[in-house]
Amino acid sequence: MTSKVLVVEDLRKYYPIRRSLSEVLTFKRGRYVRAVDGVSFYVNDGEVYCIVGESGCGKTTTGRLVTKLIEPTGGVIKYRPSSALARVDDEFVVGGYIDYRRLPKKYVKLLRREVQIIFQDPYGSLDPRQTVYSILEEPLIIHGIGNERKEREELIFKVLEDVRLSPPEEFINRYPHMLSGGQRQRVNIARALILGPKLVVADEPVSMLDVSVRAEILQLMIDLKISKGLTYIFITHDLAVANYICDRVAVMYLGKIVEEADVLKLVNEPLHPYTKALISAVPEPNPSNRFRIREVPIVGEVPSATAVPPGCRFNPRCPYVMDVCRREEPPIKDLGGSHLVACWLY
Amino acid sequence: MSLLDVKNLKIYYFTLKGVVRAVDDVSFNVREGEVLGIAGESGSGKSTLGYGLMRLVPPPGRIVGGNIVVSGKDITSMDEGTLRREVRWKVISMIFQGALNALNPVYTIGKQLVEPIIFHENVGLKEAYERAVEMVRLVGLNEDVLRRYPHELSGGMKQRVMIAMALILRPKLVIADEPTTALDVVIQAQIMNLFKKIKKEFNQSIIFITHDLSLIAEIADNVAVMYAGKIVEYGTSDNVFNTPKHPYTQGLLKSIPRLKSKEKLSWIPGTPPDLRNPPTGCRFNPRCPYVMDVCRREEPPIKDLGGSHLVACWLY
Repeated sequence: MTSKVLVVEDLRKYYPIRRSLSEVLTFKRGRYVRAVDGVSFYVNDGEVYCIVGESGCGKTTTGRLVTKLIEPTGGVIKYRPSSALARVDDEFVVGGYIDYRRLPKKYVKLLRREVQIIFQDPYGSLDPRQTVYSILEEPLIIHGIGNERKEREELIFKVLEDVRLSPPEEFINRYPHMLSGGQRQRVNIARALILGPKLVVADEPVSMLDVSVRAEILQLMIDLKISKGLTYIFITHDLAVANYICDRVAVMYLGKIVEEADVLKLVNEPLHPYTKALISAVPEPNPSNRFRIREVPIVGEVPSATAVPPGCRFNPRCPYVMDVCRREEPPIKDLGGSHLVACWLY
Repeated sequence: MSLLDVKNLKIYYFTLKGVVRAVDDVSFNVREGEVLGIAGESGSGKSTLGYGLMRLVPPPGRIVGGNIVVSGKDITSMDEGTLRREVRWKVISMIFQGALNALNPVYTIGKQLVEPIIFHENVGLKEAYERAVEMVRLVGLNEDVLRRYPHELSGGMKQRVMIAMALILRPKLVIADEPTTALDVVIQAQIMNLFKKIKKEFNQSIIFITHDLSLIAEIADNVAVMYAGKIVEYGTSDNVFNTPKHPYTQGLLKSIPRLKSKEKLSWIPGTPPDLRNPPTGCRFNPRCPYVMDVCRREEPPIKDLGGSHLVACWLY
């Protein structure tokens, strides 16, 4: 039986925009960037759940909320801890789940052991003045794992072997600038895995890598998922990558999930006009494409998240827009087979 | 007719830690109306090649050998003044990588578009402005962008402005260096459509440089695949994509995730070589699945397999 590791309900994150002096003096209301605006989803144990969207759709913010790197404006995030964390303090575990809001600060560290993140930029996310060894040792020290130096070294060697940076002796004393992009991303993955997490949020882990390295990192992530029993939330802008690694996909647009389905279904039978447009825009290495103009059925660009259009957020760009779209926000509808779509057409 | 002829071009960077042979003995040509795609990973020398064709290689880089001939004129050793007046932007122009930061933030788009017209041609401001309006419309923008500043435009709009700027003097050849890298997929598809339109309507020659083979398939007539400063395979798009010959090209094509298939991907093990000290023999030999003794000893010559399908590999 699959069970839900993470449940997210109506998650919201608004960033306030600084008001100008004249706005303050005229008592204008503060405005917000609605980065994530009412997102609900769940993640099953052992699956790869993908969040796909263009820049600014809120996918990275969602990933950071789920890892508790930032606090939500509203909504609920519930995580089902493994027995180790659950044992510590039963009173915070309700029905088997920890509610992020109720988790006292002193237990956040325990949560971090189980929920980790792999950052997008393998160049910017490693401290250039730390060696690979000290980058990997730091989380162990912070979490008080391995009291002896020897013990920590063993763990570091093991995780380096896991991400196939072998022999580890060759890498531990290197600085990030001495590594290639793919090797840096392996260190990044090793850092996320060294605490033995259950849920890993991977925020565009291959987008900055060369094509020939990309496939290798994706395969590594798939192998690690199986050997360590991980669950991934995989954030990407690339539907082809999502198709390769994911089980279920959610498409986000301007802070909301507009469609969610099994990846095969989503790619082959997309329902939401935005998903259809995204799929039609993906280039394929087929040289006969050079003779045809791609039909991308949507116009314009993503509006600013400070001025979200009323009704359906996608209505100004939608080729099928109706009156109701401009007035009311479409509810999320389950079309069966866990294919969810938020569109008035259905 | 051949518009651009590049012969044995060598561009080296003379760094303190040694000579980086970024482009090492590269030859190719581009016909009028042809779109040539140059594919390669980071560090393959593809961008340096693009800058070299504009004679804009940043120091400590220098063109150390070979010839670049544009419509019959050798520009390799042309003096900078003549080059600026007669060739750069007028005959060859470039859409720079990271175009989103390539516009000057303190001038309006209009001013930036009009500047090259006034510099190169003997026309008044009014006529130059009219031509700017025409070009801006052609790339799918409203003429009121001319009054706006770069920060007021979205990424896709800025990229269209950069394309308009590259086309404004109707150059014979446009070099597009990763023109869609920072853009979202939907915008990328729109920009690719724009390139297709320009190719068709102007019979424009374009050199399209990118790491993404899928984008090359979208536009290019011919493809050159670069690895470690060399062209390892060259041919028509159909030949290179459907019957790739070089193990590097084959490896690259097998590593691209596809939208409609879950076929298992493979990849090329190892990392590209340090160009200060490339491997002897074939530069791909440490990563090649078919490596033979000769590959480690001698550099493979370029071999014509017929139908102008060229490959530099000892297998053939």
